[in-house]
Amino acid sequence: MKKIMTALLVASSLGVYAELSVDEIVKKANEASYYAGKDGKAEVEMKIIDKSGSSRTREFTLLRMNTDNGNQKFYVYFKKPADIYKQVFMVWKEVGEGNSDSRWMWLPALNLSKQIAPGDKRTSFVGSDFVYEDVSGRNLKEDNHELTETTDTQYVIKNTPKDAGSVEFSYYTVRIDKETFLPRKAEYFDKNGKHYRTVEATKVETIQGFPTVIESVVKDLNTGGSTVNTFSNVKYDIGLKENIFTERFLRRPPREVTR
Amino acid sequence: MQLKRILSWILISSFTFQISSFALDSELHGFVDGRAGGRTQNDPHEDDRSLTELRLQLDSLTYFDAAELQIRADFLYDDLATDIEQVDLDNGDGFIDLREFNVLFTPVDWADMKIGRQILTWGTGDLLFINDLFPKDWNSFLLGRDEEYLKAPSDSVYASFFPSIGTFDVAYTPRFDADRYIDGRRVSYWNPALQSIAGKNAEIDAQRRDEWFKDDELSMRFYRPFLSWEGALYAYHGFWKSPMGANSSGAYFPRMNAYGTSAKGSLGSGLANVEFGYYDSTEESSATQIVPNDEVRFLMGYEREVAKDLTAGAQYYLEWMMEYDDYLDDQFNPDTARDEARHVLTLRLTQMLMNQNLILSLFTFYSPSDNDAYFRPIITYKITDNWMVTANGNFFIGEDDYTFFGQLKYNSNVNLGVRYSF
Repeated sequence: MKKIMTALLVASSLGVYAELSVDEIVKKANEASYYAGKDGKAEVEMKIIDKSGSSRTREFTLLRMNTDNGNQKFYVYFKKPADIYKQVFMVWKEVGEGNSDSRWMWLPALNLSKQIAPGDKRTSFVGSDFVYEDVSGRNLKEDNHELTETTDTQYVIKNTPKDAGSVEFSYYTVRIDKETFLPRKAEYFDKNGKHYRTVEATKVETIQGFPTVIESVVKDLNTGGSTVNTFSNVKYDIGLKENIFTERFLRRPPREVTR
Repeated sequence: MQLKRILSWILISSFTFQISSFALDSELHGFVDGRAGGRTQNDPHEDDRSLTELRLQLDSLTYFDAAELQIRADFLYDDLATDIEQVDLDNGDGFIDLREFNVLFTPVDWADMKIGRQILTWGTGDLLFINDLFPKDWNSFLLGRDEEYLKAPSDSVYASFFPSIGTFDVAYTPRFDADRYIDGRRVSYWNPALQSIAGKNAEIDAQRRDEWFKDDELSMRFYRPFLSWEGALYAYHGFWKSPMGANSSGAYFPRMNAYGTSAKGSLGSGLANVEFGYYDSTEESSATQIVPNDEVRFLMGYEREVAKDLTAGAQYYLEWMMEYDDYLDDQFNPDTARDEARHVLTLRLTQMLMNQNLILSLFTFYSPSDNDAYFRPIITYKITDNWMVTANGNFFIGEDDYTFFGQLKYNSNVNLGVRYSF
């Protein structure tokens, strides 16, 4: 018994000091950014600022639930601007090989649930500088990962797409906090090696034990535009039922999002 | 003393207001939308203008502990209305168009109910409807109002049940809700009795089906996942939605039942859908009345993103009349009768530009059998979060005056609109 205890202690302490492999780092970072808790909820304010400084604002409530095998479901209920008030955007994210996400829009004035053609995940999310992949997470299998630098506080990972033709970048680097495993800054480089896009976690708080990004900023250096996401009322493990992510609750948004 | 009284009055009233708004937990939104446009050619029987109107839509949603109350109404100034003060909530005439007034609640965990005036939609087609026999407003659609006005409201009890095998929806409409059909007041059409295109000179004022619980409609749908697609079955018991029948008193809505099925899901890198329906026209033509024949209706479609922010969707649609020879025998002039089978192809192209604030879209209907077409371009630009401008066109071409889109050739129009949402 004592031997076992010692062995466990040694193993666990080794774990702390052992160098993590690059795959373990990106896996932990992915979990920290997109999988905290069994489910979660947040109010999001998205401020889209163009080069001239004028801005547009989207406000929505976001529900997320982890299902099996790394799959997830997302429910986005828009509150602002007024022309998309009460619209719902729903995603069933599928990470398995060869599977693609399913996406739906609910258009309340037409009482219409519309499935959206599985499109390019690098297109803008509701007109912002964020792309769909920033919201629900880029599949780890899409890139080759390389640990290029380890500082006192951060790992720096270079990610190169396996299918270069499928994306607009040639590679991107991510700085990941050693302590929380949250990605703090991602920099994207185009086919000419020019840095053209930055996604940064500018404010982090620990909520219910989960380090949580509560403000993130994306800058498009080509257009001069930027988008600031502010998260509030973040809650984890609220006990969402999976049937919320069905047509029933597109027609009738649940209280979790309307209140 | 006077000031104090006023102050306390203001305080009390603002407090009361806060209490009541807190207790009610209400949201109010809406828009002001102004639209104007004209026909692009002379129409001998209609106004040169297609639209000249200003509308205020108020949309309120109130949450109670066990229910939600939704009220959505349009207040309208329509310069082309014959009598704006004559409000008719069924066909949308007058200065108020009540879009929704319903209560939504969950009586048991496995069912939802919505009772009252509501917009209902189902089926898989894109601007083509087979098993969706809920009322449509064709005048709004063809004249260039926003696409949401294609759907006219139903006064119904809508119940959804969620057993583990799938979802079962039932809509019961105790008094028939017809389409806001083409009646010649605003849109000219082919009149088979006159054997010419007609409009205000031959307005159709069909006999209304307005007896409660006798002129009723029942629509049902069952749907469930089916091999990673969604499969659905439909049934309808009611009437032809436009006055397709004629008897000694004029145009009327003959009885009709419909049965159908559909499937939709992903295919390759896009979405596919297929839908079938059988329209069972249950009345018989006789010496005193003419009713439409049974019809088979079918559609299939495919949609995918073809380039970044550019989506294309194509559909094939078929209307196939049963017992066509009997139909021909009843025609005044067989030369202007419709074909046994009407084939339609549609193509929708949608391009989003400038951070999705500029949307260019073109929807085309083309019938190789009727040799006619309908082009529907729409440009929308969101200037700010509140202000939006739009331009749209509805263009009809056809070799003959009596085909489905060809009969609309004098209605081709262009419109400009501006909307402030709040």
